[in-house]
Amino acid sequence: MSDVVEKTLTALPGLFDSQTGAAKITNRLRQLVKSITELTSKHEEENLIKQELCAMKEQVSSPNTSMKQMREIMVRAMYCEMLGYDASFTYIHAIKLAQQGGVLEKRVGYLAVSLFLNEGHELLLLLVNTVLKDLQSTNLIEACMALTVVAQVFPKDMIPAVLPLVEDKLSHPKEIIRRKAVLALYKFYLIAPNQVQHIHGKFRKALSDRDPGVMASSLHIYLQLIRESPDSYKDLTGSFVTILKQVLGGKLPVDFNYHSVPAPWLQIQLLRILSLLGKEDQSTSELMYEVLDESLRRAEMNHNITYAILYECVKAVYTIHPKVELLEKAARCIGNFVLSPKINLKYLGLKALTYVVQHDAKLALQHQMTIIECLDHSDFTIKRETLELLFRITNAQNVTVIVEKMLDFLRGCNDEHTIIHLVGKVSELAEKFAPDNSWFIQTMNCVFSIGGDLLQQDVPNNFLRLLAEGSESKEEDDQLRLYAVESYLTVLKGHTSHLPQCFLQVMSWVLGEYAHLQGSVDRREVIRLLTQLLDQRSVSSETRVWILSALTKIPEGQTDLILDLAERLASSQDTVLRQQAQELQHLSQDSQLHEWVLPRGAPWDAIEVDSSLSFLDGFVSEALAAGAAPYKPPHQRQEELCEDRALNLEPYSFSLPVSLSSCSITDRQSPTLLSVSSGLSGNSTELSQKAGSSTLILEGVKRVWGKDGYLPQKEATAPLVDEPSAAVQPPVQQEAAERTEPRPELSTRNQDKQQLASSLFVGLGVGSSVSLLGKSEAPPPRFRKKPRPHESSSSSGTSEKSSDSSCRSSHNTTDSFLYGSFLEEEPATSKSAFDHTPKSTTANGLSQNKDTKEDKHTNTSQIFGGDMVIVRPSTIQDKHPPSESSDLTALLPADLKDLPHSDVISLTSDPSLSLSSCRLFRDEALLLLIFISNCTETVIKDIAVQLTCEELKTASLRGNIVDCLEARSTSVCHYALLMDDPHTNVSFTGTVSYQTQPGHTNTLPFSGTLSTADFIRPLVLTTEEYGKLWLSLSHDVKQNLKLLTDAGDPLRTTLNALKDALQLHVVDIIGSEGIVACRLLSSAPCLLHCRVSGAALVMWLRSPHPALPDCILYHCQRALAHR
Amino acid sequence: MQFMLLFSRQGKLRLQKWYVPLCDKEKKKITRELVQTVLARKPKMCSFLEWRDLKIVYKRYASLYFCCAIEDQDNELITLEIIHRYVELLDKYFGSVCELDIIFNFEKAYFILDEFLLGGEAQETSKKNVLKAIEQADLLQENLDFQICLLPGVLSPNMSAESSGLFQS
Repeated sequence: MSDVVEKTLTALPGLFDSQTGAAKITNRLRQLVKSITELTSKHEEENLIKQELCAMKEQVSSPNTSMKQMREIMVRAMYCEMLGYDASFTYIHAIKLAQQGGVLEKRVGYLAVSLFLNEGHELLLLLVNTVLKDLQSTNLIEACMALTVVAQVFPKDMIPAVLPLVEDKLSHPKEIIRRKAVLALYKFYLIAPNQVQHIHGKFRKALSDRDPGVMASSLHIYLQLIRESPDSYKDLTGSFVTILKQVLGGKLPVDFNYHSVPAPWLQIQLLRILSLLGKEDQSTSELMYEVLDESLRRAEMNHNITYAILYECVKAVYTIHPKVELLEKAARCIGNFVLSPKINLKYLGLKALTYVVQHDAKLALQHQMTIIECLDHSDFTIKRETLELLFRITNAQNVTVIVEKMLDFLRGCNDEHTIIHLVGKVSELAEKFAPDNSWFIQTMNCVFSIGGDLLQQDVPNNFLRLLAEGSESKEEDDQLRLYAVESYLTVLKGHTSHLPQCFLQVMSWVLGEYAHLQGSVDRREVIRLLTQLLDQRSVSSETRVWILSALTKIPEGQTDLILDLAERLASSQDTVLRQQAQELQHLSQDSQLHEWVLPRGAPWDAIEVDSSLSFLDGFVSEALAAGAAPYKPPHQRQEELCEDRALNLEPYSFSLPVSLSSCSITDRQSPTLLSVSSGLSGNSTELSQKAGSSTLILEGVKRVWGKDGYLPQKEATAPLVDEPSAAVQPPVQQEAAERTEPRPELSTRNQDKQQLASSLFVGLGVGSSVSLLGKSEAPPPRFRKKPRPHESSSSSGTSEKSSDSSCRSSHNTTDSFLYGSFLEEEPATSKSAFDHTPKSTTANGLSQNKDTKEDKHTNTSQIFGGDMVIVRPSTIQDKHPPSESSDLTALLPADLKDLPHSDVISLTSDPSLSLSSCRLFRDEALLLLIFISNCTETVIKDIAVQLTCEELKTASLRGNIVDCLEARSTSVCHYALLMDDPHTNVSFTGTVSYQTQPGHTNTLPFSGTLSTADFIRPLVLTTEEYGKLWLSLSHDVKQNLKLLTDAGDPLRTTLNALKDALQLHVVDIIGSEGIVACRLLSSAPCLLHCRVSGAALVMWLRSPHPALPDCILYHCQRALAHR
Repeated sequence: MQFMLLFSRQGKLRLQKWYVPLCDKEKKKITRELVQTVLARKPKMCSFLEWRDLKIVYKRYASLYFCCAIEDQDNELITLEIIHRYVELLDKYFGSVCELDIIFNFEKAYFILDEFLLGGEAQETSKKNVLKAIEQADLLQENLDFQICLLPGVLSPNMSAESSGLFQS
């Protein structure tokens, strides 16, 4: 025992020599640790800690506690927190310790802060001053500590306060300070990229720092920057290559070596950067071939670290523009991984293979036996990675075997994340490669019963949509449906209590829709099976609703059964069920009504939903005439309620600006005007404390409550819809399916394995059409889903509708770019394209629908006032030169011709189609027009455009499906896009699929970028209104900008430049100050206050939206920088 | 890197460093789940683990498990070596480090970690430089107070396992 003690004690130099005063300190901790170790039960531990915490609480609040004692307490508090007990009362003392203590205490204080507090914790605000002080300290250690804490936890809003100091540290003589400063800036970049926008030049200096540590730290920033926009940093490729060469050549100090490999971390970072730079860029890639080759050659030692580098190298080689020699070498390297007896390397080898088979599926063939061994490996991780690999090499021929393997794995797996992930893949494969109907349905049955209620909603949605929409041939569709019905009937006849709700829902929907296809089955049987489900306790009430609506759909004839059921449910506790039972009862008694409400066999996309409930117009107008109050949306009711409660000190003015005429039913608008968005009223408590520095009239303006605060404002016009991205996934690049014989020369011991191999790797063509450079087109997925416009309701209240609704029927013509055939704007419903909840069939939707219907106030552009810019310079960074732009603008639909628009930009093209886009700036949305031009002399059919952008919402779209496009003609597709949360730049991607010959579908991908500037609209208001609004806004950002001094009045010049670039509205210019206003489409306003100070423009932005000022600031900086 | 955890074979947490903001409840849940999962794995299995949408890289040194969570695109092997380098640093600093060193001087272990990794990224990979930075800060302490007294018998008998060096295995 004693030697153990001695060993431990000598192992703690801290106790003997350095950490001396800590003797007592450590003792308290030691005692604590010791007594905890001696305890036997969790309960005792809890009691002990509770006591300890109590004692500590007493101590910290006592004024006599010295800093040294405080430090000791803090260490114990950290220990208690680590054990999982709450010591939050010490948080504030940790900050105090960092603030007031000597260096020694500070160190512990800062550590405690970084362990206790999250980035968002409000107490961190109290730390800012301490950090500022320490950053300015001449004591190296203090400065280091401050930088360390800044790089770990620092509140985003406070970055501007420390930014200049941290920036200064970049030129500090000590490398450790420079290094930490670089990492702090990296952290800032991650949490608030716009704020460090202006110091990119200094990053370059850090990259060329003489200290390798500083340089290495700067690579973190560059990796991030290059990941976001590789094109802007191509010029640095040479530098990165040189650095890597130097590292490989052993030019760094020896202590950067790790197991005699020179600076491996640095190498890996550089390889990652290079692969990003060289991706899809031949000339840049050529610069790095040599150094990559050398990297591959050098990394030959048999140690983990060299494998880590090799792995990164292989990935780089396969990411950049391919070079055959390098690819061969890299492929050999992968062999070393995969064949290694070390399991970690094997795993990485599989991972590398998974990555490279996307480029060259043949590589999997060389390792098929290893892969098969891994498939049966006892380690879960290895198995899963192998399945991932198999997923990538699936084709129409091996799909059954691979899916079987995946399902086997899933049956033995109980990790939720894995299940969700893999089940999604299985259903993707099933949809894409299913060999026949029965296999497809069976596989999906497995998916539903295994995935169950963990499944992501889009799996059942996609499946049902596929069944419902079908493909080209009605006969095939019906066969599939029929098979589904049969299979579900079998399932339902068995034991059903264990089936997941999601599966039950799918089954009941399918039975409801398609049971009639199955002639031989007795309706009564179907009804009996479904009713039986209703009686089961395990069935959730949501599922019951599904089942009931299925029962409603199964046509008449069995009235007695149905009535029985309806009666039984009429007394249910659940109101929804009760209502459905009512509907069921009515419909089953009135076959005519039934036929009308639920037409059998009607294509479901032909169902028109009148979301504006126009059939009730008469009822409403009668009620209004009889003196009923007009409808108000709930939020307004809420607001008025609040106002009523507050004391009203104003004399009563005119009543609410609601007149009967404005709620006339004909234009179907909600009759109310919206008040200024809730952000304004929500922040009204924050009064003028910040307005001190302004010498504008702002000071004089009193914040007025009540009606004056109302500004007519438009909300987003249409209910929004999710992007249709889930609908059609671009087919994963797959090798063309060519059957190849199993390779005979395989050395095998085991017949089974060989057989398995041949079934797994079939179709991965040996020496077939596989080429490294060109990937052949994927075979069309078996179950091709028809891209279609969103399930859309008829329009509610756009002005175009009333002007021309007669042109409705002239669809699918080649001249569809003409105005008439577009019909009106179609606001898509807010639910996802396939509505998962069955619709209620009677008119109960009245109140609910009115709620969801956004009120739209079509006040035509007061926003585009006199200072509107008609054509803005293009901000889409396109790689293609603008072509034929002049012709295309002529194609703008008549109703859109007058809108300000950008230049037409070519997006992409192939021999048959060329795509170009044009942005139109409407008040409440950005219209993205995509011109689809047929460049051939033949007709192109079934053109479907799919556009995806995660950050934006599509308010409406039209023209994205064109049935046939004549030779040499052009069609226009519209997207009305909304931006709810500002992003500096958003990129969209999309595909156009089309058929030149029947059955042969081509796809053409395209992409582009939109900037926030496209979504900014001028906000016209008076100086007085501006003043009021200013005070009510809370989120503000302040920054100095460059002042343009080239001509005349610098302020005016600068503001005009900004106005031109960003569609701002200059409200007023008084002396050296200017006020400017804009808004994000028709929602959040942003006010800008500019003041000339020396050679800079101090810009102060306020908005109810936290991220909007940052964004606008970013674009202002850019606009000024590019002049 | 998203976070790093050190825990003992008995599942006791010895060190935790979070590089992403999470609430305490979430942290505790993650810790509990991970400790269980990692301890359940057999020694021959690979050091990587897919967990939620993250990759877990872990390695056992004597009685201590070092466990890092990284994102999917990160390199697992180099993370393994980050762990190793950290253990090397601890070893050099404490002189043949054992679990007890980390228990009793966990704040030191944190200081070393902060010099080595900052904000989840490798800050300084040169062993010499990291230790130099720590020693400089320690030096200050030395000058500040200069007294030592030790109570005997701090160690309880059942801690002997934890006092075996991490590098012994």
